[in-house]
Amino acid sequence: MTTRELTYVKAFNEGMHQAMAADPDVFLIGEDVAGYGGVFHMFDGLLTEFGEARVKDTPIAEQAIIGLGVGAAARGLRPVCDLMFMDFIGVAMDQIFNQAAKMKYMFGGAVSVPLTITTAGGAGMSAAAQHSQSLEAWLAHVPGLKVAMPASPYDAKGLIVGAIRDDNPTIVVLNKRMLGLKGPVPEELYSIPMGVANVVHTGSDVTIIAMGRMVVEADKAVTALGEQGISAELIDPRTVQPLDIDTIITSVKKTNRVLIVHEAVEFGGIGAEISSQIQERVFDYLDAPVARLAAPFAPVPYAPVLENAYVPDAPRIAAAVRRLVERS
Amino acid sequence: MSHATITSGPRQGYADDASRDLILDLHRRMVRIRVFEESAGKLVESGDMPGFLHLYVGQEAVAAGVMSVLSDADQITSTHRGHGHAIAKGAEFRPMFAELYGKTTGYCKGRGGSMHIVDMNRGMLGANAIVGGGIPIAVGAAFASQYRGDGGVAASFFGDGATNIGAFHEAANMAAVWDLPMLFVCENNGYAEFTSQERHMKLTDIAERAASYGMPGVIVDGMDALAVRAVALEAVERARRGGGPTFIEAKTYRYFDHQGIKGMRIPYRDPAEVEAWKSRDCIRLIEAIGVERGLVSADEFGQVWAQTHADVTDGIDFARTSPDPDPADILDDVYTV
Repeated sequence: MTTRELTYVKAFNEGMHQAMAADPDVFLIGEDVAGYGGVFHMFDGLLTEFGEARVKDTPIAEQAIIGLGVGAAARGLRPVCDLMFMDFIGVAMDQIFNQAAKMKYMFGGAVSVPLTITTAGGAGMSAAAQHSQSLEAWLAHVPGLKVAMPASPYDAKGLIVGAIRDDNPTIVVLNKRMLGLKGPVPEELYSIPMGVANVVHTGSDVTIIAMGRMVVEADKAVTALGEQGISAELIDPRTVQPLDIDTIITSVKKTNRVLIVHEAVEFGGIGAEISSQIQERVFDYLDAPVARLAAPFAPVPYAPVLENAYVPDAPRIAAAVRRLVERS
Repeated sequence: MSHATITSGPRQGYADDASRDLILDLHRRMVRIRVFEESAGKLVESGDMPGFLHLYVGQEAVAAGVMSVLSDADQITSTHRGHGHAIAKGAEFRPMFAELYGKTTGYCKGRGGSMHIVDMNRGMLGANAIVGGGIPIAVGAAFASQYRGDGGVAASFFGDGATNIGAFHEAANMAAVWDLPMLFVCENNGYAEFTSQERHMKLTDIAERAASYGMPGVIVDGMDALAVRAVALEAVERARRGGGPTFIEAKTYRYFDHQGIKGMRIPYRDPAEVEAWKSRDCIRLIEAIGVERGLVSADEFGQVWAQTHADVTDGIDFARTSPDPDPADILDDVYTV
C-alpha cells in the first residue's frame, strides 16, 4: 500500500484538525483564521468542526493575540496563535521574547507556557519587504523559544502536532511558496519532536545543511550533483532552536565539507551559528572552510528579477557545492 | 454595539455597612504592604539587598480594595511596582524577601527578583517589568476562565503611563469585544516615571479611554480602600455574570520616588504635593473609620502593626540565612522538559 500524498498546507491542516480533536485544551486564534480559514487556508474547516469557542477571529492586534496566548498557556491551555506573515512578529515581539520566552525561567520554573505560534515566512511571491522575511535567527537567539521550519508535507503535519504538544513557546514557520508542494503524509496522528534533524539524502562528498524551502532547492541540487558524480548528504535540521548539532557533526566527520543554505540574510543568520559550532567541534575534519549560501544583506525586493537574484536556488547551491569540492 | 458610560466613585453610602471584619481585612493587607516596602527600601539603600525597587507605598488602598473581592482562583498580573499586589493577593513574606535577596527559597528561586514576583497558588500570575506587558497576559487568563467556564476573573494592574502603550489598547479592545471577565485597574499616581500626567496625555480622567472600547469606566479615590473595594466588587460581579470587562481608574499617589525611597533625587514633584497626598493616607483613613465607628480600637490596629513588623523581621531573617543559588544550575528552567 502506498502512502497517500497531500499538499504541504493540507498536511498542516490535517495536523491541526487531529491535534484539536485529540485535546480539548487546544484552541486557535488569529486574524481571519475562523470564518476565512486563514489567508493561506491553513485553517480551513476548523471552525466548522470545533466551533466558535475554539476557533476565533481576532481584531488586528498582534500583541493581544500573542499576549492572550501567553496568559491562557500559563493557565494550562494549549493556544495556537496565528501571526499570518512572519514579518508581523515585530508587532508582537515584546509578548514573544520578553513574556512567553522568559516566564518559565524568571519565575523559577513556576509556570510553563505551552504556546504555539504559527506564521508564514519566505520570499518568492513578489510580496516585498514586509511580507517575505525569514527571521528565524531572531527567534532562535532568545532562550526559552523553540523554532520549527517544516520543509515537507510530512513535517508540516508532524511539526505542528509536535509544537502543540511541546510545553514551551514554539514558533512554527511555514513557507508560503511550499503550500502546494505534494508529498507522502500518513493518515494517522503523529508528532515530530523539536530538535531532531532529518537526513534527507545520505552522501559522502559534502554535507548540505538547509532550512525551510531551501531543503527543496537543495534536494534538486543533490540530484544534479549526483549526475555529475558528486555525492551530497542533505540535512534538514527541522528546528533551528533546539538545533540537532550532533546529527550535523556526525555528517561532517564523514564528508569533511559543508555548505549551509538559508533564505534569511547571511549576516548573523543561523548559518553563522552552525558554522561556528562545526569549526569548534570538528575543525580538524574539515577539508575546506565551511561555506554559506544565503540572501544578501538587503530587505527582500519586489521585482521578480531582483527577488530571484535574492533567494538561493538549486543551480546556485550546486555551483557552491562544486566550488567546495574543487578546492579540496 | 454598546455605549459605555464613565461614572465617578462608588454608590452613595458605599462605606456605611463596612463591617469590623472588612475594615480589619483591608487594614491588614495595607499595613503588610507598607511595612514590607519600607523595610525592603531601607535594605536596598543600605546595600544589604541587591537590585532596585519600585516601591508601592501610598497606593496600598488600590491593591487591598481590589484583592479583597478576588479569590485565589482569580488571576492578576502586575507591574514593576508589584510587591503590593503580590502581598495583597496573599503572598508570604519569607519567599518574597528571599526572592529579593536572590535566594533559592524565593518565589522565583532567585531568578526573577523584585520585578517578577509570582505566586501561582494565589493567582498571582507574575509581576512584569515591561510597562503594559502584563495586560494582554491577563486577557489570556480571563480568556482561559471564559473558555473553561470556571467563573474566574482576571485583573490587570498598571499605571497611568501604561495607558499610552499599544499593548493596553490592543488588550482593552480584545477583552471588550469578547466580553472577557476582566478588570483593568489603572493606578493613576500622576507620573510615568518622572513625567507628569499633563505632560504625557491630554486627558485628566484616564477612565475616559474605556469608552472608546465600549467598556464601562469608573473613577475612584485610590486612597480609600472601601471605595476601591466597592467599585471592584461591582466590576467583578458584572464580569462573573458574563457582562465583560471594566476599567477602573484609581487616583492615587506614590510617596517615594519612581525607584527606591530617595531615588535619584530629581526634583520633579512639589514637596507640597507630596504632603497633600500623604495627609489623605489610606491606612490612617481606614483606622479613623474603624475607631470613629467603634468597630476597631486603636490598640487592635496597633497590634496589626506590631505583628506585621515581627513577620517582616522573620521574613528578612529567613531570607538572609537561606542558601544562594548554585551557578551550576544556571540553565535550569530555561525550558520545560
